[in-house]
Amino acid sequence: MNRAALGALLAHWRRQPLQLLTLVVGLALATGLWTGVQAINAQARLDYAEAAATLGQDDLPRIEGDLSLDDFATLRRAGWPVTPVIDGTPPGPRLRVLGIDPFTAPQNGATPDLTDTADLTAFLDGRLVFAAEGTEVPESLPEVRRIANLAPGLVVADILAAQAILGTGRIDHMLILPEARGDLPPLAELLPDAERVEALAGSEIGRLTDSFHLNLTAFGLLAFAVGLFIVHAAIGLAFEQRRPLFRTLRALGLPAARLTLLLAAELVAFTLLGGALGIVLGYGMAAFLLPGVAATLSGLYGASVEGGLTLAPAWWLSGFAMAGIGLAVAGSQSLWQLARLPVLAPAMPRAWARARLSTLRRQGAGGLVLLLAAALVAIFGTGLVAGFVCLGALLLGAALLLPPVLSAVLSFGARRAKGALAQWLWADTQQQLPGLSLALMALLLALAANIGVGTMVGSFRDTFTGWLDQRLAAELYVRTVDEAQATELRAFLEGRVDAILPIVGTETSFEGMPGDLYGQPDDPTFRRNWPLLDAGPEVWDRLAAGEGALVNEQLARRTGFWSGAEVDLGAGGRREVLGVYSDYGNPRGQAILTLDAFRVAVPDMPETRFALRVPPAEVPALADAIAARFDLPEDGLVDQAALKGFSLDVFERTFAVTAALNVLTLVVAGFALWASLTTLGTMRLPQVAPVWALGLTRRGLALADLARALILAAFTAVLAIPTGVALAWVLLAVVNVQAFGWRLPLLADPGGWAVLSLWAIVAAALAAALPVWRLWRMPPAQLVQVFVHER
Amino acid sequence: MLLRTRDVDKSYETAGGRQPVLSDVSFDLGAGETLALTGESGSGKSTLMHLLAGLDTPDRGTIEIEGTDIAAQDDAGRARLRRGTVGLIFQQFNLIPSLDVRDNLSFHARLAGRDPGDVAALAERLGLSDHLRRYPEQLSGGQQQRVAIGRTLLAAPRLVLADEPTGNLDEATGDAMIALMRESVTQMGAALLMVTHSTRLAAQLDRRLHLRAGRLAEDLPA
Repeated sequence: MNRAALGALLAHWRRQPLQLLTLVVGLALATGLWTGVQAINAQARLDYAEAAATLGQDDLPRIEGDLSLDDFATLRRAGWPVTPVIDGTPPGPRLRVLGIDPFTAPQNGATPDLTDTADLTAFLDGRLVFAAEGTEVPESLPEVRRIANLAPGLVVADILAAQAILGTGRIDHMLILPEARGDLPPLAELLPDAERVEALAGSEIGRLTDSFHLNLTAFGLLAFAVGLFIVHAAIGLAFEQRRPLFRTLRALGLPAARLTLLLAAELVAFTLLGGALGIVLGYGMAAFLLPGVAATLSGLYGASVEGGLTLAPAWWLSGFAMAGIGLAVAGSQSLWQLARLPVLAPAMPRAWARARLSTLRRQGAGGLVLLLAAALVAIFGTGLVAGFVCLGALLLGAALLLPPVLSAVLSFGARRAKGALAQWLWADTQQQLPGLSLALMALLLALAANIGVGTMVGSFRDTFTGWLDQRLAAELYVRTVDEAQATELRAFLEGRVDAILPIVGTETSFEGMPGDLYGQPDDPTFRRNWPLLDAGPEVWDRLAAGEGALVNEQLARRTGFWSGAEVDLGAGGRREVLGVYSDYGNPRGQAILTLDAFRVAVPDMPETRFALRVPPAEVPALADAIAARFDLPEDGLVDQAALKGFSLDVFERTFAVTAALNVLTLVVAGFALWASLTTLGTMRLPQVAPVWALGLTRRGLALADLARALILAAFTAVLAIPTGVALAWVLLAVVNVQAFGWRLPLLADPGGWAVLSLWAIVAAALAAALPVWRLWRMPPAQLVQVFVHER
Repeated sequence: MLLRTRDVDKSYETAGGRQPVLSDVSFDLGAGETLALTGESGSGKSTLMHLLAGLDTPDRGTIEIEGTDIAAQDDAGRARLRRGTVGLIFQQFNLIPSLDVRDNLSFHARLAGRDPGDVAALAERLGLSDHLRRYPEQLSGGQQQRVAIGRTLLAAPRLVLADEPTGNLDEATGDAMIALMRESVTQMGAALLMVTHSTRLAAQLDRRLHLRAGRLAEDLPA
């Protein structure tokens, strides 16, 4: 019985290969985009974990403060089981140098093997460092030995060698090894200025990049949802077309439960097929996008991610799970209907392509409720999850509202149409709406995502460019190898430049969170150009007098301390916030003191970096003169244009992945539209043939079909614009603030929106091309068959 | 002569080879005349209807409507003919599901560029006055059939081709519809060709053609 029934059910797909293709490709696209994004996230997190595991530093408590190797010796003499660590970024290609003491460092899989005495000696001498395969290191470093298990972009060196590479005599912190004795002398007695910090939960980079990965996940979920629209449409159509078969099978004695079970088995088979294809697709997509993601993470957070992809079983199993969940979501409605199908149900396919006013009303009401919910969450919600809930409610609400709004517009068009053909075209378009609504909703989501993300990126780009112009006001930036060279340089520059502005900073903690403290001279350059978002009265005069500090937007938002508040600036002491400045692209908190105040707070900090004010025309000559006179580090001399170029390049790479996902989502939506139009093209022959019989040519009918697709795409694009702008607002004003700590103004881009709308219309024309061409070239005999079948 | 067919042959390719459906069909139909086309199932009635309506073309022979050879027309020419000269009443109505009854009634006339005239008056005669704002899916089979008849009559074609137009109607309503069609055809100076299995209905028309295995077996006055 099962075999015969299954054979009859599957015969449908043999007769409808296009529908089968639509279903499998839709499922594969949905699964592929989701699993691809998950693969990227999983690989990046794996690399962060490797980076954090080098010394297990995030799992151990640490001692922080203004520390040196003498402090390490003090603690060791007192019996403290500690190991010194220096962790920094040298100039040149993005590289992280980790200095360790090989005798006290905790041994784990990621620490170098120094059991060979010769290797140990070379390591202690500073002649040998370790790095992962593929990590680019400058030639100035000593011999590099490649080892597995090290995070990409990380160089491990002896603590003294690392101090030399980083140009400092300090250490960052000391890790306290596990199971220390309980009777140790108190830390406060041994090192009064140091403090014990308990183990961090998870890797620091992992936490910093969480928001980025959440963004990617949201995009993956959006693409998955768009793909599911295709799957839902294909399953629903197959169900309706097989309704007479179901009735016959039931009439011939197949129990409803068995029939439901067989169709569920069919869904499982599709899960395996679509899931497998999706996983292959996802792997390919992840491999293609991972280098871009790596560039993004490096540019945004300084996090290093390998270009290679690891194929973990959990990843491909989750791919199948998502395919299964997707099919279950898309097919549950049909299975539910089937389980309740009476034996004497009408054999004619239900008028699935017939608008049902009550359904449209319910859908519209649901859409409005979701939009209201999105507004409420945007106003009252807090946190990144609230931001994404707001996004989800906004997109789903807009998608649900699309069919009722389109129906109302088309109904209005039909009432106003002059002439029988125009009236038929409007009314018939309204009639086809339910059959096309899922594809149009997918198109709306894809367009809105494109407009929203495009507007956000555009706003970001414009604001960022303007901000760069303000922040990078100096014409030339110089970094010397040490203070002696710096003194020499200052003397050389006397009379050659308008101003020498030292740039000096140190890592510290603000209100317990990691941050950077900078000293800045009082100079008109800063007074004129520094981008202040919030400022108290006479901010620059008060800063120059050492009465407080400027903090960046990220720190202000995280701590809630704006102008007038007092904030704990770690090494900088407790100070009043005089003003808040924008600091795009920087995930960390930052504070600025006047140079004199900084020198008092952090006395031994070497001043080796300088911004030079010089007439722009004299920049090339001065740069040449400095380069000829001084043996500066590799990137020790950078002009403003190069620095801006580099920053903008980082910016563009940062959003390359987003752009790629945008395009892929649009492609999926285009496919959904094509599949729906092609299916409808076949299904609606009985509706088209009479109009042909009444005297309209096949060409006329084909052009009407094309016009219908264009009308629907155009209206969808028009509705996608406000949805996309709302999406951009949520991204800029809610998600970005929560994820990155800065808020950007929304800059409208009507030209870009118009171009995107045009692309939507082109996509609709392409999607409609095949069904339109088929109708145009359809032999009259095929149309006549509609009437022959009547008898 | 309004309709003139001569030596019409039509065959279709089937799995068992080429299957003749119509052979040597010749007959004329004058303005104001009504003709019943009868025959067994599979005798070729529908195929002949489709050829006369310009939905298909004969393999051989000529079909002329008001002197225009249908087979010599291109796609657009045949569409023009269907739009302006021929009116088709389908067995399964084939109304436009997206238009209400009023718009369905006037659709063919407006498509042909003609004033549909008094739609309400015709609807009254068809018993559809209360249903003008309803959609086809909301009507019974008999009501839909009456809309299909009304659509053709409002278009005022020269040749009305009706395929079992009363198959879904009760006897009394069917007789009323036949009377309406005959009256309209006479008023318009048009001709009516109606496919039917009912000898009773066939007897109400001027002539009767009987098809047997694709050949014209009888051409009799009713």
